[in-house]
Amino acid sequence: MDRLDLGGLFLHFMLLWFVAVGGPSAILPDIHRYVVDVQQLLTSAQFAEIYTLAQVAPGPNVMYVTLMGWHLAGWKGVAATTIPLLIPATTLTILAGHLNERYPNAPLIRAIRRGLTPITIGLMFAGASILARAVNHDWRGYAITLLTVAVVLRKTLNPLWLLGAGALVGILGVV
Amino acid sequence: MDQEESYKPNVSRLELFLAFSRISLSSFGGALYWTRRELVERLRWLTDREFVELLTIGQLLPGPNVLNLTVMVGHRFGGLTGAAASTAGYLGWPVLVVIGMGVLYQHYGTLPEVQRALAGMSKVAAGLLLATVIKLAMVLPRRWRPWLFGVLAFAGVGVMRWPLLWVLGALAPWAVFAAWKETE
Repeated sequence: MDRLDLGGLFLHFMLLWFVAVGGPSAILPDIHRYVVDVQQLLTSAQFAEIYTLAQVAPGPNVMYVTLMGWHLAGWKGVAATTIPLLIPATTLTILAGHLNERYPNAPLIRAIRRGLTPITIGLMFAGASILARAVNHDWRGYAITLLTVAVVLRKTLNPLWLLGAGALVGILGVV
Repeated sequence: MDQEESYKPNVSRLELFLAFSRISLSSFGGALYWTRRELVERLRWLTDREFVELLTIGQLLPGPNVLNLTVMVGHRFGGLTGAAASTAGYLGWPVLVVIGMGVLYQHYGTLPEVQRALAGMSKVAAGLLLATVIKLAMVLPRRWRPWLFGVLAFAGVGVMRWPLLWVLGALAPWAVFAAWKETE
């Protein structure tokens, strides 16, 4: 894969993490845009498969970027996609911990939080819709996605059960 | 500040590493539940109030919330090396697990049964994310302005597929300024 520009991938991910207020789901649309549309390293279906696999693993949901890195370039890919995740978390968090102890109720911090929350939710919705379009090709697929939404909104259930049910439905060839 | 809040137990780097390893390896489907259970209930390193405060800061900062919390807890008890120990525990094991999955995916990912199972699971995964977003959107105030910013962010990134940095550059200062004016 000589098209793969690991340095570019590293820089793009790093930039994204510095603005990723709201966590990994908020930058999912832009990772998809960069990896699938701009660099064409994965198809949209492969992107969705990698995202899904990582949801089955223990640990934070963000591990899909690590799995993507491994799939693209092995250990070097893991480094290129995972190290950027650590840099804003460590530097900014330690800095903010100090600031917070000094100015616990600064109005600017409150304004940032209240102002950015709706944007984060809009971005996460964009990520969910991109994922839904990548994995669904007919009404039966969308029906399963929407059924999952209905179940999760009504019941507290470990998501692994739902993913397992999805695997079963897939193997049986319903979708 | 009363006695209970300023109480800060002595925690070694190894204990930090082990505690966050346990949290990480038990957190299937969301780390938050397990993190609170371990740090507040089992180990009693933090009170509930301290936990919520650290989590709020973690949410405000860029990056995954629980990772930010991990770094803060490690730093609080063990300085920079403490932060490194807790982060290694929290991220190290999942990295190894997903790499194991990556190896399996490369070997067996094209088998028809695996393809079909993955296809079924990915429809569920999309639904899980969608449901999470809907739950979070419930906390937005019922006023037009927050919803306008949400819709604009969705339209710019999800429909127009513009780069995130442009959309944030255009919307974020405006949104923060509006929220600032509202609080005055």
